[in-house]
Amino acid sequence: MTMVCHRPEGLEQLEAQTNFTKRELQVLYRGFKNECPSGVVNEETFKQIYAQFFPHGDASMYAHYLFHAFDITQTGSVKFEDFVTALSILLRGTVHEKLRWTFNLYDINKDGYINKEEMMDIVKAIYDMMGKYTYPVLKEDTPRQHVDVFFQKMDKNKDGIVTLDEFLESCQEDDNIMRSLQLFQNVM
Amino acid sequence: MAAGVAAWLPFARAAAIGWMPVANCPMPLAPADKNKRQDELIVLNVSGRRFQTWRTTLERYPDTLLGSTEKEFFFNEDTKEYFFDRDPEVFRCVLNFYRTGKLHYPRYECISAYDDELAFYGILPEIIGDCCYEEYKDRKRENAERLMDDNDSENNQESMPSLSFRQTMWRAFENPHTSTLALVFYYVTGFFIAVSVITNVVETVPCGTVPGSKELPCGERYSVAFFCLDTACVMIFTVEYLLRLFAAPSRYRFVRSVMSIIDVVAIMPYYIGLVMTNNEDVSGAFVTLRVFRVFRIFKFSRHSQGLRILGYTLKSCASELGFLLFSLTMAIIIFATVMFYAEKGSSASKFTSIPASFWYTIVTMTTLGYGDMVPKTIAGKIFGSICSLSGVLVIALPVPVIVSNFSRIYHQNQRADKRRAQKKARLARIRVAKTGSSNAYLHSKRNGLLTEALELMGTPEEEHMGKSTSLIESQHHHLLHCLEKTTNHEFIDEQMFEQNCMESSMQNYPSTRSPSLSSHPGLTTTCCSRRSKKTTHLPNCNLPAARLRSMQELSTIHIQGSEQPSLTTSRSSLNLKADDGLRPNCKTSQITTAIISIPTPPALTPEGESRPPPASPGPNTNIPSIASNVVKVSAL
Repeated sequence: MTMVCHRPEGLEQLEAQTNFTKRELQVLYRGFKNECPSGVVNEETFKQIYAQFFPHGDASMYAHYLFHAFDITQTGSVKFEDFVTALSILLRGTVHEKLRWTFNLYDINKDGYINKEEMMDIVKAIYDMMGKYTYPVLKEDTPRQHVDVFFQKMDKNKDGIVTLDEFLESCQEDDNIMRSLQLFQNVM
Repeated sequence: MAAGVAAWLPFARAAAIGWMPVANCPMPLAPADKNKRQDELIVLNVSGRRFQTWRTTLERYPDTLLGSTEKEFFFNEDTKEYFFDRDPEVFRCVLNFYRTGKLHYPRYECISAYDDELAFYGILPEIIGDCCYEEYKDRKRENAERLMDDNDSENNQESMPSLSFRQTMWRAFENPHTSTLALVFYYVTGFFIAVSVITNVVETVPCGTVPGSKELPCGERYSVAFFCLDTACVMIFTVEYLLRLFAAPSRYRFVRSVMSIIDVVAIMPYYIGLVMTNNEDVSGAFVTLRVFRVFRIFKFSRHSQGLRILGYTLKSCASELGFLLFSLTMAIIIFATVMFYAEKGSSASKFTSIPASFWYTIVTMTTLGYGDMVPKTIAGKIFGSICSLSGVLVIALPVPVIVSNFSRIYHQNQRADKRRAQKKARLARIRVAKTGSSNAYLHSKRNGLLTEALELMGTPEEEHMGKSTSLIESQHHHLLHCLEKTTNHEFIDEQMFEQNCMESSMQNYPSTRSPSLSSHPGLTTTCCSRRSKKTTHLPNCNLPAARLRSMQELSTIHIQGSEQPSLTTSRSSLNLKADDGLRPNCKTSQITTAIISIPTPPALTPEGESRPPPASPGPNTNIPSIASNVVKVSAL
């Protein structure tokens, strides 16, 4: 059994590529290495880590989609550089970058369009994280209705799919979304 | 939440951005990171050995000594380090626990020393990792047994006045070392058992001749003496049996036990012999009965631990013994048949039938070889030799198997019991950790609303409320809160969920979009009943805490006017969907300056909700009569 060990590029390079300072990168890397001593995180570990934050429900599906959003090169493992790049976008990026990243997350098959099935999967995965014991009781069609609401909002030309432009436009119109995107600005 | 993944909390929070476009409500504010210190190295000096670690590493577990402010008591101003006058070896394990999240138990360490150290540092031993947990539990159990033995031997010295006479007697019988009287009794009975067995044996020995008659066995020559001895022994045994019967805590169980049956069988022949007259017909039966006297020797098993263990061994190996017997029987039958037919031809053969050949086969296979039956034909001799050779194998093989089987079964039982107990404990631990984490969130949700409310008012009471949750925990809870907002559902615990299920099965939630405020009697009762069950946590607000379900944006406080005639019916509207995200209030008839959290209409909001229920003033003006008295005051 070969031990895959990956070392990231130098600290200066990463600092240049991302919006984090050296200290922040150090803290991030220490946490990363602690959990994944081999330097890369595979999907299983990713799911386990993410599940620790959501003890009520089942976070594995959402973690799966997240993993594929982080794993840009689709190699099946996320290196520290990919990890930090994505975090940089999410925490320190512009609104445009964040929305682009989110679009990429929703677009499961990465074909550039979000259709209803993909959205259904994502929303279902989010609802799965809630678990069984919720108030009010989760009904079967709650996710579908949620998706319908979403599509009504986002799909401007009502053609059943949401393109990147429609998505960007609709999100920028919505104050709530704009505000909540800034929510984690100072996380680090 | 495992502390190791606390470092990944920023990642989890960043990933929450993925929910934002899907959410319909605004998200709660993030907890502020008040004192954002740069991470620093701290030095821990444990009896001269210096350990260094990051401050944040120690703060992962805030309920231990090193993770809380308790360590400040050990801070040495002169050397600017924390000094602990404790064992540095064990400290290594403790510090590794902070670093890796797993607590290990070093095998060379004494269990009580280790426990003492853990108690000092405020770490529960239950979180020892699975790799070392078995070893830890074993050592702990041995230690506990040792302590118990010590205690027992101490207790045995003391007099126990609370025991009744009967219980004392029983204890004396079972454990002869408790008192001198018991010991005396023990030896006396032992002596008489021996005497009885010896007399049984000696009484059959030919004793020399009486002139004029043939040689007599001693029993008949000195019959009176032997009779007296026998009587004495039986009297002792009877008395002993009756005493045991009296003292036994459960007489029924005692009567059924093996030892008491042996006792009875040992003394019965004597009494039967007394009763029966000495006539010729029954004397044959009488003689047979005397055979049972030999069972007295089994009474020794009360005196010998080894005998008891042997008995237990045989009992537990019963199946193996049965197999041995069965295979032997098979071999005997086969060889007996073969020998019979082989010797059939020879004249004056002793092998008259197959059962008669059994004797030869058994004697040969066990390598006894009496020689009373020998084959005479060549074929018989050949088969006879095969029989004798295979006999060695057949008998010798199963015996070690039985022995090793016994050893294996014994240890297996021990290990299986141990594993069962530990598995239950391990599953319980995992479950507790999981529910602990989810309960922590629910708990802090109820308390957190309190803290946030007070925070907003800027009162100094927030210090009193205490930041009992660490920053990491509050960030984690904020994350869960965001998820609740995204899905418009809340986390509740199991009991409340069941309550809700029961209530909802009793009445139906209206899923219509009717904004009518006519009170539905069923719903009203639901409202009220639910309200009455919950307790309020907010001191200034009459609302039960559970009603403070989802706090809207903290930037606005809704002050409810006191005149709300329509509100009497509006209680039901809590569960009705309002068109455009109205947040109908619970009936509060006073103006309070504290946060009145307005519960969002549950579950029905996402259904066909076209607009997210905003906190901005705009859509609220469309709300029919109810909202007319709502005055929104921005607090920021």
